Amino acid sequence: MAKIVGAIVVDEQKCKGCGICVPACPFAVIELSEEVNGKGYHFAYMHYPEGCTGCMNCAIVCPDGVITVYRTKV
Amino acid sequence: MGELRLMKGNEALAEAAIRAGVDAYFGYPITPQSEVIEYLMAEKPEERTGMVVLQAESELAAINMVYGAAGAGKKVMTSSSSPGVSLKQEGLSYIAGAELPCVYANVVRGGPGLGTIQPSQADYFQSVKGGGHGDYKQIVLAPASVQEMADFVKLGFELAFQYRIAVLILSDGVIGQMMEKVELFEQMPRMSDDEIAEKYPWAVTGKKKGAERTIITSLDLDSRKMEEHNHHLQRKYAEIIDKEVRYELIQCDDAEYIIVAYGSSARIAQKTIQLAREKGIKVGLLRLITLFPFPNVQIQELCKRGIKGWLAVEMSAGQMVEDVMLAVNGNGKVAHYGRYGGIVHTPEEVLQALEEKIIGE
Amino acid sequence: MSTITLEDIIKPENLVYKKTELLTDNVMSYCPGCGHGTAHRITMEVIEEFDLEEKTIGIAPVGCSVLAYEFMNIDMIQAAHGRAPAVATGIKRVYPNKIVFSYQGDGDLAAIGTAETIHACNRGERIVIIFINNGIYGMTGGQMAPTTLPGMISSTSPYGRVVESMGNPLKITELVAQLPGTYFVTRQAVHTPAAVRRTKRAIKKAFENQLTNKPGLSFVEIVSNCNSGWKMTPVDSNIWMEENMFPYYPLGDIKVDGELVKQK
Repeated sequence: MAKIVGAIVVDEQKCKGCGICVPACPFAVIELSEEVNGKGYHFAYMHYPEGCTGCMNCAIVCPDGVITVYRTKV
Repeated sequence: MGELRLMKGNEALAEAAIRAGVDAYFGYPITPQSEVIEYLMAEKPEERTGMVVLQAESELAAINMVYGAAGAGKKVMTSSSSPGVSLKQEGLSYIAGAELPCVYANVVRGGPGLGTIQPSQADYFQSVKGGGHGDYKQIVLAPASVQEMADFVKLGFELAFQYRIAVLILSDGVIGQMMEKVELFEQMPRMSDDEIAEKYPWAVTGKKKGAERTIITSLDLDSRKMEEHNHHLQRKYAEIIDKEVRYELIQCDDAEYIIVAYGSSARIAQKTIQLAREKGIKVGLLRLITLFPFPNVQIQELCKRGIKGWLAVEMSAGQMVEDVMLAVNGNGKVAHYGRYGGIVHTPEEVLQALEEKIIGE
Repeated sequence: MSTITLEDIIKPENLVYKKTELLTDNVMSYCPGCGHGTAHRITMEVIEEFDLEEKTIGIAPVGCSVLAYEFMNIDMIQAAHGRAPAVATGIKRVYPNKIVFSYQGDGDLAAIGTAETIHACNRGERIVIIFINNGIYGMTGGQMAPTTLPGMISSTSPYGRVVESMGNPLKITELVAQLPGTYFVTRQAVHTPAAVRRTKRAIKKAFENQLTNKPGLSFVEIVSNCNSGWKMTPVDSNIWMEENMFPYYPLGDIKVDGELVKQK
């Protein structure tokens, strides 16, 4: 049976680390990094990439439009 | 010869707006200029030329409608009288900052506050010194006849678009309400949307794909850029001072004294000159047509010719007189005369003031 | 099952969502987590999806979104405080075939610009107003807004809004819905994916109304957070918003196709 897999790419330098995307993810894929970007923000990243289905929820609620979403069937 | 009509000043202004190919007029009623919007509504300019006429909810809204339509490159106008023009100052400051072209009229009434509905010239400072906040100027045209109420609409738009600046037709309750013969200029065409988009790249008309967007704003949080923008504005105003001074010299060739006046005061002063010359007093009239720019250089040249004294005549407690003093710069006696609060001075009163304040002492 | 790597997924042909080209690459000046960015983005997505870029003129207000023109990659005019509906009226009246919208906050739209808002609505100007209500003046540092809730703390109501002396929060959206000039009035939010999807549909409907020259103004309120002004984390501010703002400002359509929606 085909399975849908997804991935996100976060523009780490533009992410402000607000964390709105974290609870928006139905599969707890996203967390805020321990590291900081050039502005000192703990940017979002895929902590559990295996769970991503490319549902776009994170990108849709991202106030800064820094998340790009990819999705395919395998 | 153009069409001749007997009209009120306010009506002539309105008819000229239609004939000048104005795209929109946004106004709000106030005495003594309500005939402008009344005339426009009655004329159905949307049928004559496609011109939009809208009665706004306030003078504030009207000037901001002007700001929007002018920002989109259209030929747009408003008018009001003193208390209403005070309300428009916010929008006018934004228009100056964003460098938008527009024409508006102030049919001045006596103040301060709600004042009176009778004529006055007490909005001179507001008109020529900025009016709203920030360092800015507008071109101020002062009609002294119903004819000029019409002609200055056309001239006003030429100047407004040439310099991307607000042009104020500074009238008063006399000129707005009086009826005179006026020769109307021929109907001018309105510009198409495509012509506007091509001719005025600064106007917001919709961003073409792949092109840079256009932004109309008076804001820049970078103070260095804002200072540069102010330098640019000041250079523009200097160019206007250099090129656009308009005035009329009446019987000044042999004059020893000169009355400086504009608008209805200039009409009254002409009679004063006649009365004075009957008494052997050699007095002339400098009738200001532009109040900004002010004819400083011309006044200085007259000073060199040995004018002994200057009487600034205006229906105010003394506003324009300050600019006359600055121009004369000590090279001659300067005094002010004027009734105010809605009272119009008589030629005899002006002559008496000339004799007492300038000649007598 | 074969193992699939991120490289296998992150390929141009698998792209399903990226920021619209109608947002510039400028970093938005909004605080982290502020709903303004989302509201900007979905507005621009709607303009892109309707292919309206070449005929749309937007009006930026005074307030946090004063710099909206730095982010919205279309022709924009920045208006004086509260005057955006008048500016929009001026443009729409001389360009009836263009698409005109104003984007305003609560202080701009519901305090200093109340007259302009109500009269543009009442005249039935065929424009779109997008109204961000976060119950506070964000730009100037968190002062009380016309929409600040009773008891809510702000820098000018430091002990909470006292309605007896400071007045009641203004439900201007319900107010304009009563005017015959409004055609579509709705209140939405952008704090969850589902809310964003609903709001985008509402904005789409609003622009579609203008595009098809429906008789009246389309008014979309977005209840949003101001985590900086409310002094909370972004996530907490969204929870607080659900618990406190939504009961006072209930979400949903108020007027559709010129008809008031019957309250359940």
